[in-house]
Amino acid sequence: MDRQHMRSPLARAMGLGSAKKGVEHWWAERVLAVALIPLTLWFVASIIAQTGSDHATFITWLRMPVTTIMMVLLLVALFHHTALGLQVVIEDYRHAGSKFAALVIMRLTCFGLATAGIIAVLHIAFGG
Amino acid sequence: MMPTSPAKRPRPLSPNIQIYRPQLTSVLSIANRISGVVLSLGAVVLVIWLLAAAAGPEAYAVVQGALASWLGQVVLFGCTFAFFLHLCGGIRHLVWDMGYGYELSLIYASGWAVVAGSVALTVLAWIASLLLGD
Repeated sequence: MDRQHMRSPLARAMGLGSAKKGVEHWWAERVLAVALIPLTLWFVASIIAQTGSDHATFITWLRMPVTTIMMVLLLVALFHHTALGLQVVIEDYRHAGSKFAALVIMRLTCFGLATAGIIAVLHIAFGG
Repeated sequence: MMPTSPAKRPRPLSPNIQIYRPQLTSVLSIANRISGVVLSLGAVVLVIWLLAAAAGPEAYAVVQGALASWLGQVVLFGCTFAFFLHLCGGIRHLVWDMGYGYELSLIYASGWAVVAGSVALTVLAWIASLLLGD
């Protein structure tokens, strides 16, 4: 044990602790939260404006460059923020093996959904 | 004689919510977490909706039909409230993160503002949606 830092050499070597990954996670969650304020408000306002619109109208709206950019940014920020938030929930309520499995499944699901959403938007934006 | 291992006894989990009186602060704390989990499920619906739109008018009509059903509308209403609750609660957290609003009176004032604000914004969003949808 390092007497000055009250941490074992192993913990230091692994780079764990409140001033390492903890701050990174905390900070990223908040940066994404700030980004999500305008992105989600734009999304909700747009969806309200699109209420009852048919497929052709929706596609025309989504193909506008501003809409495409905003939607991709929303998906990136939304699923990154979701992964960070759900990670804390899983870490608080699941333990040992099931925690590890839940974290892996959750993280991969978020990656998969974000990719699927972005590809769908780009397919609509650039598809023939 | 073997001493009974203290690890065998079931240990109480903190916080002891079964004996803890709910307060605005604790209710909003767990509500922020629950609304975040609800919005994760809403994000899945968003991706399904985008994939359906990319697949074509038929698939899009199926998803639109499901969302227009009474069950779909209940889910969307729940997601709307969860969104505004998480948004207002999140802004309250960001203010705290900057070091402001820790006086007990301000904690309760901002807490009730989150409750009133999220209810009002949910109602306003649905009124706007119903007016534009007709």
